[in-house]
Amino acid sequence: MEIRPIVASLKKHRIPAVLIVLEIALACAVLCNAVFMVHQCIASVNSSNAIDEAGMSVITVGGIDASQAPAAIVRDLAAFHSIAGVKAAAAVDRVPLDHDVWLGSYSATPTEAGWINSSIYFLGDGGERAMGLRLLQGRYFTPEEYAGGAVGADGKSTSHVVIINESDAKRLWPGQNALGKQLYSDETVWTVIGVVADVLAQAPDFSGGTGKYSSVFFPLRPDVELGRYVLRSSPADRDRVLAQAMRALGTLEPGAVLEGHAYVDMRSAYFADVRGMAWMLTLVCAVMLAVTALGIVGLTSFWVGQRRRQIGIRRAVGATHAQILRYFQTENFLLSTAGVLLGVVLAVAANLYLVRHYEVGHLPWSYLASSVLALWVLGQVAVLGPALRAAAVPPVVATRSV
Amino acid sequence: MFGYYLDLAVHSLKRNKVLTGLMVLAIAMGIGASMTTLTVLHVLSGDPLPGRSGSLYTPQIDPLDLNNYAPGVEPPDQLSWIDGNYLLKAKRATRQALMTEGMVPLQPAQPSIDPFHAVALYTTADFFPMFGVPFQYGNGWGNADDDAKARVVVISAKLNDKLFGGKNSVGKELRLQEKAFRIIGVLGDWHPQPHFYQLYMGSYADDEDIFVPFFTSRDLHMEHDGSTDCWGNSGGDPNNLEHVNCTWLQFWVQLDTPQAVAAYKSFLVNYSQEQHDNGRFARSPNVRLRNVMQWLDYQQVVPSDTRLQAWLAISFLVVCLVNTVGLMLAKFMRRAGELSVRRALGASQRALFGQLLMESGIVGCVGGVAGLLLALLGLWLVRQQPADYAKIAHMDASMLVVTFALSICASLLAGLLPAWRACRVTPALQLKAN
Repeated sequence: MEIRPIVASLKKHRIPAVLIVLEIALACAVLCNAVFMVHQCIASVNSSNAIDEAGMSVITVGGIDASQAPAAIVRDLAAFHSIAGVKAAAAVDRVPLDHDVWLGSYSATPTEAGWINSSIYFLGDGGERAMGLRLLQGRYFTPEEYAGGAVGADGKSTSHVVIINESDAKRLWPGQNALGKQLYSDETVWTVIGVVADVLAQAPDFSGGTGKYSSVFFPLRPDVELGRYVLRSSPADRDRVLAQAMRALGTLEPGAVLEGHAYVDMRSAYFADVRGMAWMLTLVCAVMLAVTALGIVGLTSFWVGQRRRQIGIRRAVGATHAQILRYFQTENFLLSTAGVLLGVVLAVAANLYLVRHYEVGHLPWSYLASSVLALWVLGQVAVLGPALRAAAVPPVVATRSV
Repeated sequence: MFGYYLDLAVHSLKRNKVLTGLMVLAIAMGIGASMTTLTVLHVLSGDPLPGRSGSLYTPQIDPLDLNNYAPGVEPPDQLSWIDGNYLLKAKRATRQALMTEGMVPLQPAQPSIDPFHAVALYTTADFFPMFGVPFQYGNGWGNADDDAKARVVVISAKLNDKLFGGKNSVGKELRLQEKAFRIIGVLGDWHPQPHFYQLYMGSYADDEDIFVPFFTSRDLHMEHDGSTDCWGNSGGDPNNLEHVNCTWLQFWVQLDTPQAVAAYKSFLVNYSQEQHDNGRFARSPNVRLRNVMQWLDYQQVVPSDTRLQAWLAISFLVVCLVNTVGLMLAKFMRRAGELSVRRALGASQRALFGQLLMESGIVGCVGGVAGLLLALLGLWLVRQQPADYAKIAHMDASMLVVTFALSICASLLAGLLPAWRACRVTPALQLKAN
């Protein structure tokens, strides 16, 4: 296909040509960034979390006096264990994606200013079984370590042992075995006795990229700090177990404020905003592509209408249907190419701005490539109708005045 | 003249319904999307206390150690126990209140209502007059109650409805954390948005259910929630917050004149200098004094998602406008023949230009109405979202005007280039060609 006559004709119709290029460029820029953000949303909603999410129920307990709490915990846990279907139950201070957050900064040396917000989890006896942690190396806490653990006046664990996430083990001691290493927070030190598969942070957005999978676990004896009961059962038993546990607690602790949820519901509620954002972005993309396609159809139809006589003349001097069709398709391809080139530049510029001012990552090349492809296809689909109409112009038009 | 142009425009728009419909749709979508997000942005960045917010200030002072210190670094957002108490007792402003927030277990007297956690604000007496808090029944407490650590409580209208069916409950007893408190006031309609004086429970969160005197809450070890930022080797032991190096209190003052603001600022500098000389502050005086709107701006209370959505919607509007320009160009240029006849019959270029712009204006009006409906639908969708700011997303009169203005401006802008191109037809050439 000869390109020169097309370019010559485009030069004579600068304004519509520039408009189509602009339309495609803007659509490409917005599409790249929006699709990328949708992908980021989906990735955060689907964040993996190495606990038994499907089988876990969480009951938050408030309003129990500090002096009464240890006895209450022992009493309540005994009651939970007698419920049919409960595989494990324990008191913990927080669960991943908790609305109440406790973060601290930990490092491999006492002097290092590590500025990663690690989520701090205090587990009561059996907490690892109730949450369904997955041990990769080392061991869990012993009953003695549980019985001896407390929270000091400085808010740190008085125990000397800690279990950490796999990601932290790799980050703090790259290429080494983390077991037996010393973990510091300022001058306080703990020995790493176990490494578990990555448990999600209490607030993944707030903790930053590295903090998302940075969690430390300490043992704690029955204490008022342990304000959540975690019950583990098979997913089928879960709702019944939760209801029974709530009833049992209602009679055992009449003054307490109770709130019980299946963990999957807590997770779903936590990510509801992000899901909403993803839907909104998808909607905007779809509508924008539709508007762009309609715009191309409108402009090209007008263009075809304007050039009916020229088309007629070409047909009269021997051009075939297919040649006319291909003429318009090539023309659209040229315009789309100019549009996506400009669009890629705009997309990268917009992305750089977003990276600077919002929590958005760098745009991978694959997104640019697929947006370019999508807009090429969109352009060809949009131009097909008008181009077919152009190809249907009979040669006789050349001899008629309209 | 205007009537005639209007007639011509309507006539011409009717001739090609599909194209007209497409233009209206493009404008309506763009306007609908951008007005939805702009309205949310507008509501979220509103003034929580119009008329009063200009004279309310929150002081920041810097008691931190030299870790991560650089000149010009921002002081912490909150105050420590020592500094907060000093500023409160100094009484250098017209009014001042110290506050923090917490969740308090509330044990209702009615057996039909299960115990629940109530969101509590622990504050001092000036809070109510300083922020102009309206009362339905009774009133707030005085300085004497603060000093006496009195067990009194002010409750919100919502809680009063829930517990007492909306009737006057002043004088009744309320059990908080198993202790008896006497209700002395019930608030009226009090929903400052954003929740400027306490941003740690969510900037657009529900308001507090109960208000308890600050020193009473410490006396009874009521739970403190929200941010506790510590420095040095200090942990945030919740029962020992009076003695640790942590900031966890909010403090607001009322300063009515610029002189008072300047005087208060120099008071803060002097205090910091004095503490620095005594060795308690490691850093040289580093203070800020921001009023409500400056504070909200500094804290960036408007969620970044919302700002991102606004950018996205505006780019979408631009895409729609470029499309409209294209469609109008197509429409106007198609009528070159008709326009040249009019030119040949004596219509000036200006008159043609006016007629064509009238067409774009009508498209803008219709697009504006449709866009408004879409925006209302969009806001309804936003209100279905679970985010804490979602439920305050409502269209107001000023945004309604902006919607129409934006829509008509946008369509006139979109019509400008096509109309200019179209009215420059050379009548002789066109007529000959036909």
